[in-house]
Amino acid sequence: MAKPIINIQNMSKSYELGGETVKALQDVCLIVNKGDFISIIGPSGSGKSTFMNMIGCLDKPDTGKYLLDEKEVEKMKDNELAAIRNIKIGFIFQNFNLLAKLTALENVELPLVYRGVGVKERREAAVACLDRVGLGDRMNHLPNQLSGGQQQRVAIARALAGNPPVLLADEPTGALDSKTSKEVLQMLKGLHENGQTIILITHDLEVAKEATRVARIQDGQLFENGGDWIEPERIDEDGLTLYQNQ
Amino acid sequence: MNLSESMKMALRSIKTNKVRAFLTMLGIIIGVASVIVLVSIGQGSSQSVQDEINSLGTNLLTVSVADTDSVELTEKTINQFKKLDGITDVAPVVTGRVYAKNGQNSAQVSMTGATSAYLSVRDLELGQGRFLTDLETELRSKVVILGSDTASTLFENQNPIDQNILIGGVSYRVIGVLKSVGTSMGSSGDDVIIAPITSAERATGSTTIGTIYLKAKNEEIVERAMYQVQGVMTTSFPGQSDNYSVTNQEDLMETMSSVSGTFTLMLGGIASISLLVGGIGIMNIMLVSVSERTKEIGIRKAIGANQKSILLQFLIEAIVLSCFGGLAGVAIGLGIAKSISAFSTLSISYSWPVTLLAFLFSILIGVIFGVFPANKASKLNPIQALHHE
Repeated sequence: MAKPIINIQNMSKSYELGGETVKALQDVCLIVNKGDFISIIGPSGSGKSTFMNMIGCLDKPDTGKYLLDEKEVEKMKDNELAAIRNIKIGFIFQNFNLLAKLTALENVELPLVYRGVGVKERREAAVACLDRVGLGDRMNHLPNQLSGGQQQRVAIARALAGNPPVLLADEPTGALDSKTSKEVLQMLKGLHENGQTIILITHDLEVAKEATRVARIQDGQLFENGGDWIEPERIDEDGLTLYQNQ
Repeated sequence: MNLSESMKMALRSIKTNKVRAFLTMLGIIIGVASVIVLVSIGQGSSQSVQDEINSLGTNLLTVSVADTDSVELTEKTINQFKKLDGITDVAPVVTGRVYAKNGQNSAQVSMTGATSAYLSVRDLELGQGRFLTDLETELRSKVVILGSDTASTLFENQNPIDQNILIGGVSYRVIGVLKSVGTSMGSSGDDVIIAPITSAERATGSTTIGTIYLKAKNEEIVERAMYQVQGVMTTSFPGQSDNYSVTNQEDLMETMSSVSGTFTLMLGGIASISLLVGGIGIMNIMLVSVSERTKEIGIRKAIGANQKSILLQFLIEAIVLSCFGGLAGVAIGLGIAKSISAFSTLSISYSWPVTLLAFLFSILIGVIFGVFPANKASKLNPIQALHHE
């Protein structure tokens, strides 16, 4: 069997908040194989954001192991992490996080700029990515000249530009209406069908269900039921209490 | 991420904030311009002082007496000077201030009692008439030569030659008028009356010779002539060396240039302070810029910018600001200096090394004051920066 893309073992993280120690993650284990489309679902305060920061190499765990594409990430220094983020992770954020002063094309080029790719080569790559998300005719627009859905597609193009092994989407539909949400999810599904590994972080079960695997995070602990879906009528208001009773 | 990328990014972010960028640069512009203008003025004035001293003749020696009671220059000493082989002319001088009058016109001027040698020793030229003769000195003739200003004050539009003026109630005949020599080191050389030394001693009431001007044979032997003169002074007035001085133009030039050098340095220093203040302005704006763009820094870090890239981006922005400011400052400084020399009597001397130095200093200031904000930006925590609104 091929080695997993992401292999997290017994990861813990705690931080100080108002004089109290909050255990954001406790002995979390997760294995993601190449080509997986996994969603991680959890309410706010569940440790979801902390876990996302860990997977995205934006933060370092207190204890535990993290192998990302066979690289030991947990011991890396800040600059090494920056390089890993650049090469291994494509971020898609809730509020798009495009640079307002750069055009769509320049935004998509940016990861390649930091990778040191030459002007011509990265332009070609960026144009190809924008074509892929259907924005080939909007390359020279600034983000504020694009709709929310279009902005998120630019962000997806940016995440794809560096051809990273993992796409990490943090509430990618959180700021979009239901129609555009569907489009964006459809697009992610399409990428998955082409073999892209995607990690989708959300609090919305409907969104989470689009993935082939679902993991739930609550109170700093991660549970997974192997994609075995619970019937929708058993879901509470917050969409999560059902797991606690299992 | 190479340098030209960082440069492009810096230029872009400056372009999006033009007014702020201009205001930031203003400090540097003013700083660089004032360094250039003030140093040009300083060097210009020191240049003109040197020119003046040179125009007095470089083979001039001066014996000046500080204490006329202990060092009494007499005919005997003057004759000893005349015998020196390095000296061609000796011109003893007594000076004093007198009140000269011609009809309704009067003037308070300085009177120089001189001998026939004075004209050639001091390199003066006559505009009209003639200079003193030895006979007139001997006979204590009541004749005077007027400086050009004095002549125009007392005679306005008349020809002063062979007219009489009254000095202390005594009538003197005007035999010549000097050509204008301009102002030299703060005293006008045109506001004078020259009379035979013997007559002047009476008119001014000073019988002691305060100054002797000597002319060395040529420029090459000025040093030797000076030793000879000092030799005579030492034998004539042993142990009195504190009460007189023997100087040549070069000594004077050195003194003056050290004075004007200090002056220039001071002006430059004051202007540099404004350059420094401009640098603090840059730092201030860059810090504002960093906190405004925290989110941007977070995004850049998330997609893989390392600390060096962020540091470089902000540092280059600061350097570009100071560099443009410096260039504009150089242009404006040269423009102001040029218009000063065109519209005023101040003499201006450009100094390319100083201009270059001011420009380089402005860039250095960009580096120094850019490092702190840029470093702050590069050290931002990516998670916190991302969630910054």
